[in-house]
Amino acid sequence: MDPRPEKASEGEILIHRATKDDLDHVADLDARITGKAKPEYWRDIYDRYGARRVEERFFLIANTCDDDADCPILGLIAGEVRGWEFGSEPCGWIFAVSVDPDSRERGIGELLFKAICDEFRGAGITKVRTMVQRQNPLHMSFFRSEGMMAGPYTQLELNLDDE
Amino acid sequence: MQKSSRLAIYALIELASNPERQISTAEIGEKYRVSAHHLAKVLLTLGRAGLVQSIRGVGGGYSFTGNARRITLFDVISLFEDTSTSCKLTAPNVATSEEWALFDISKEINDMAMSTYRSITLATMLKQIERHEKARARKVPHA
Repeated sequence: MDPRPEKASEGEILIHRATKDDLDHVADLDARITGKAKPEYWRDIYDRYGARRVEERFFLIANTCDDDADCPILGLIAGEVRGWEFGSEPCGWIFAVSVDPDSRERGIGELLFKAICDEFRGAGITKVRTMVQRQNPLHMSFFRSEGMMAGPYTQLELNLDDE
Repeated sequence: MQKSSRLAIYALIELASNPERQISTAEIGEKYRVSAHHLAKVLLTLGRAGLVQSIRGVGGGYSFTGNARRITLFDVISLFEDTSTSCKLTAPNVATSEEWALFDISKEINDMAMSTYRSITLATMLKQIERHEKARARKVPHA
């Protein structure tokens, strides 16, 4: 049997903070997209970003029924306010975004992105950042289409095995 | 980026911003200060790639026939120049460490450029232009 939920109806998309009831759906969505099941990781993310310091940590969910534990989620976005690392003034960092492949092209990613930007604004933040794999055209194109551009930082790395 | 690629992107942006409209090479050329002759050659390539179509006769011109949400800058540039990131070091078998070190840096820069072009669709360009125009309008107070 196909474990995937039925394709979401074209109902109104609701954005809300993740609750414990969403976690199984979140882990399921992530497993379908990445091919790796990481339920512990998402429980940890919820504990840190959904339940603590919620005024500057945001774990948002998109679905069509926000009070039903059996309602599959259509997408998620997570981020937090971080400051003074790498010499940076406090800014919003988005570290996860996913949209159900069966529900793409409905503007869900954009709604999630705008919602977390509103949360950052509400926290007094005027700059939002993320990091994207250059080889991931889906994420690159998504953030670009939302107006994000290269910032003043460049990520560098070193392969310690080569030294 | 070569001039033909730049012209192609300008022309596609112009046409994709209003897909219903037919625009002449002279009109596009005037806006971007380029010769209609050079532009015609560029549009011929875009036509062969199925991104534009030409309508002959009075009131004719070119119209956009692609999908602005799918076509990336990389797709357009690839029609006019070599975008491969494969090894282009002259005689790699006998290249020195200095040549390889400089090649690695050039490849890093090229990879970043290509992935950026791959991530930007014509629709994203149109949104960026809109944002730019709004920002410019905010800076220039109305008389």
